[in-house]
Amino acid sequence: MQAARSRYPVREREAMIGTLLFYRRIASPLHATRAGIGAAWALSLTAAALILYHPLCLLALLVAVLGAGWGAGVGPRLARSLRTATIVALPIVLVNVLVSRQGLTVFARLGDLGPFGQGDVTVEAAAYGGVIALKVTMLILITGLAGLAVDPDEMLRMFRRLSFRSALTATLATRMLPVLAADSQRLAEAQRTRPAGAPAGARGRVALLSAVVGGSLDRAMDVAATLEVRGFATARSAAGARGRPRRALSRHDIAFAASAVAILALAIAGRMAGVASFAAYPRIEMPTDAGTFALALALIAATALPFCDRRGIDP
Amino acid sequence: MTGAVLSLENVTYRYPDVERAALSDVSLEIAPGEFCLLAGLSGSGKSTLLRAACGLVPHFHGGRFAGRVQLAGLDTREHGPARLGAFAGALFQDPETQLVTGSVRAELSLALESRGESAAGVARGVEEVALALGIDALLDRAPHELSGGEKQRVALGAALAGRPQIVLLDEPTSQLDPVAGDELIGLLRRLNQEWETTVVLAEHRLERCLTGADRVIALQHGRVACDGDPAAFMQWASERAPALQTPGAKLFALCDLHPAPVGVKQARAALRSLALLGEDDPREPGRAEPARAGAATRRRGARRARKLSALAMRGVWHELRNGPAILRGATLVVAPGESVALMGRNGAGKSTLLRHAAGLLEPTRGRIEASGRVALLLQNPGDYFIHERVDEELSADALEAAGLTAMAARHPRDLSGGERQRLALAIVTDAHDAAQTRRGHARARDDDARRERHDGDVQAPPAVLALDEPTRGMDRQGKAELAGELRRRAGEGQAVIVATHDPEFAAACADRAVLLADGRVIADGPTRELLAGGWYFATETARILGGAGGALLPEEGAELLRRRAPVEVAL
Repeated sequence: MQAARSRYPVREREAMIGTLLFYRRIASPLHATRAGIGAAWALSLTAAALILYHPLCLLALLVAVLGAGWGAGVGPRLARSLRTATIVALPIVLVNVLVSRQGLTVFARLGDLGPFGQGDVTVEAAAYGGVIALKVTMLILITGLAGLAVDPDEMLRMFRRLSFRSALTATLATRMLPVLAADSQRLAEAQRTRPAGAPAGARGRVALLSAVVGGSLDRAMDVAATLEVRGFATARSAAGARGRPRRALSRHDIAFAASAVAILALAIAGRMAGVASFAAYPRIEMPTDAGTFALALALIAATALPFCDRRGIDP
Repeated sequence: MTGAVLSLENVTYRYPDVERAALSDVSLEIAPGEFCLLAGLSGSGKSTLLRAACGLVPHFHGGRFAGRVQLAGLDTREHGPARLGAFAGALFQDPETQLVTGSVRAELSLALESRGESAAGVARGVEEVALALGIDALLDRAPHELSGGEKQRVALGAALAGRPQIVLLDEPTSQLDPVAGDELIGLLRRLNQEWETTVVLAEHRLERCLTGADRVIALQHGRVACDGDPAAFMQWASERAPALQTPGAKLFALCDLHPAPVGVKQARAALRSLALLGEDDPREPGRAEPARAGAATRRRGARRARKLSALAMRGVWHELRNGPAILRGATLVVAPGESVALMGRNGAGKSTLLRHAAGLLEPTRGRIEASGRVALLLQNPGDYFIHERVDEELSADALEAAGLTAMAARHPRDLSGGERQRLALAIVTDAHDAAQTRRGHARARDDDARRERHDGDVQAPPAVLALDEPTRGMDRQGKAELAGELRRRAGEGQAVIVATHDPEFAAACADRAVLLADGRVIADGPTRELLAGGWYFATETARILGGAGGALLPEEGAELLRRRAPVEVAL
């Protein structure tokens, strides 16, 4: 008897494909909101992250977005986006620290760096790099949240008024991604069941790649045939959009629309009133008064409140 | 043409770069409201006929087309598939390629929106078809979350959303379990009865749908060989095309009983009238004896398997992180030379169990032991082909053993379904594959490492051969050949495990059947015991004979009937 085989790790990719990368309708207030309003809410968060510079406010927004992710039931998947964001954000801090010459508070001297001049590392450059990194992190997280919780089909339907075929093609590409991923996984699995395992070496990989491409083309032909018989060739730009009856606003539509307005208003008001002002150079000026704390708390509250009402959220 | 919803006049068609005609001088008319079955072996022209009816031939596929096809009065030479789609809904084999949007609702509304229906019309159409097909609860789900049966229902819904006059279906049940397949056929019957939707259905397992059909058109080599009602078709099949006979018809033919029955009900009525539904009928007393005998056989089998097993899977769990458990303590012990049919609904865990057996997956709990290599043939044989020529895929010896030497120079994708299956089976069982692969990849830098890794375990034939739904889309002839091949391998001492939805195939190739449900083994016993008494997981012969004597195949049933026959009814 052979011992139990453990050549391969547990394969969960097939199940993961559906849960990791793509929108899935689940029971949450954000998923229950119409796509247009959900997208507008995400845009207002993006705008707030771009308008505000005060680290406290940005951290408040970060907490609010992560909280929104948990409220929308996509927390673990959003946490993976946070890891990606961190990988992108850290180099931003490093680069800013190395290239910025505007700060006055030197905390490390790297000596003469040749063409780059004197390598003085300042607190201000690190702080400013941190703020930019925080903003980039925010943008990645908000995009991730919108991708996971805003129905892309509904969004694309909105664009069908402009171009039905383009919108449908985009939808098709979205739909085919997991299908093709599953196809290539299946093919790789089949190769692993060969007595000699999957072909190795450059030639083997090329053969495998060409098989994957060939399979994708076959799949594309089948899909094209389906689209033909469904009348894609006669598609009209405004099809289905004309005379669309008005959908009554749900409680979640109203809540997220109000939240979007509130977030945007708070960010603009804060910036204009100088409540959360921040200047990195030449010395860090970062007031931490009651107004700043109030703005940070208000941003969290405005983001989180729509998630408190969980009536009528079942898919 | 008078009032026909579909008519073909002298249609001859050749695919591009293919000399042989896929359709030859085909003429027929289909009246509104007809439920029409298309029968024929693989490659007989069924799919081509359906594609010609919906305009994909020649508009999409190209090739040389002669004759005239009219659908709802429109000539398909003048109107493309998109225009014809307003009158004909089409459903093909693979549901995966027929779902093109991100949600079921979007899928159902696509055809309507494409045709410029008003928003109210789209909404009403979607709602109605969802209710009619019982998929209203799925409207907001994404296609990749659906089971195979659900996907096929949604694809059918998308084809029907525009209320077409005719629906064209190309083996829509080939990837479904018996329950989902029967549900789909029942649904088609209801559409036909209640909406007068014309149905043209190409299907290999005719016994599933023959009783509801008004007419059967049999194709041979692209020509119409028979066109008549089911009874006439059965008569023709018994005389001219035994490969198209249903198991019930074969049973009657073997007993020289006439006419061939159309369905279980008719067969039982005929046998009852001849007093051939005897004492062993399950609805009559005296049924317990075979079950006890079966239990004894099972105990003996289990003891034998414990002593000497080719594959032993004990308490195997497969639990997805943040997801469900796909296998829940499944135990399966298979002895050398034993052939086991693994059955159960889609999603029961059959494929996962086989993947564990072959080492593609590692159980989260449990233990798997094998006495040698486990060769696994996955569902789609095309996934194994990565070279441009058949002879590059496997060794010359294996090619000869598989009877594919004549096809050595062809591209694997150009082979027929049965040939592909044979080639894939030869690839996974090829003991010389490692050496052949080494020759093919001689320039690979890591060749030595691969040689070292594999030399130990590939030179011997596999101890276990596992096949995952190998008969999808295969005709009866192909299934019979495959069953024979598996029997031969079992006879040589290989343990054979086949996951299948086809009770007839299971009965033909396996001595033991294991029923999986929800990741657990819920029944395990001799095939003749497990497949004789059920509704869904039962062969047609068993259903006709009520499971009597454990007869599963027509030959066994005929033997039983001969024993039962009174003197005055000599069989």
